[in-house]
Amino acid sequence: MTRFLPQILSALACGALFGLGLALSGMLDPARVQGFLDLAGAWDPSLAFVLGGAVAVMALGLVLVRRLARPAFAEGFHLPDTRPVDRRLILGSALFGLGWGLGGFCPGPALAALSLGRAEPLVFVTCMVAGMVLHDRLFARRAG
Amino acid sequence: MTAYLPALLGGMLIGLAAALLLVLNGRVAGISGIVGRLAEGSNVAVNAAFVAGLLLGPVLYRGLAGGWPAVTITAPLPLIAAAGLLVGFGTRMGSGCTSGHGVVGLARLSPRSFAAVASFLVAGVLAVALLRSSGL
Repeated sequence: MTRFLPQILSALACGALFGLGLALSGMLDPARVQGFLDLAGAWDPSLAFVLGGAVAVMALGLVLVRRLARPAFAEGFHLPDTRPVDRRLILGSALFGLGWGLGGFCPGPALAALSLGRAEPLVFVTCMVAGMVLHDRLFARRAG
Repeated sequence: MTAYLPALLGGMLIGLAAALLLVLNGRVAGISGIVGRLAEGSNVAVNAAFVAGLLLGPVLYRGLAGGWPAVTITAPLPLIAAAGLLVGFGTRMGSGCTSGHGVVGLARLSPRSFAAVASFLVAGVLAVALLRSSGL
């Protein structure tokens, strides 16, 4: 446990910074998210600024990562392998996008919005975890 | 332009948090992945700490800005529940969401993430068009 203390504290700090960014950016507001996706209606471009700002800073961080032998508190970098684009990626992302548009929440903002004490984020997060478990049961069964 | 300043600054904080998580812990800030690993019971303390931090974010915002961020939810609870199921199932199948594919994947110029982002944006636009045409 104590061996992981630096990792736990940095995860807490990064989560808090991430959540603060979400709150400041307007991403916690499903109406804003749906306004961004409402191309045919009164389009609200603000989420493009959120994504642009995030990708730009992350890209700068990657420049630093390439110069580092290892992370500060871990043995190595856990980056996903470059696999080809497949049907599961496209179909899964489409199902996610459908849910994102219908509810106006994606995983990060839904979790952060739990702090507001409203029913909707709690129902969303509960069902989201259920959806993850359902997926894993279905595909583990198929594989086994 | 100033109307988009909070969005830009908020986005930059999100990018900074994601970059720091990689530099410090060597982990990709993919929220669906973190929640999925937490649900599986893998690396619980670290993943739970990140989620606890996420929940702390709006509280910090309240301390700095003097009020909770605006949240307008018009969807009825059954629709919220269906949306949550789709988001959970879909992010697991597609190995990521707006953070893992959208922020980290695009910054890494990953072809898989570009394909995923295109797919979820198109589906999201269709979902909102569907909502609007049904009067919601």
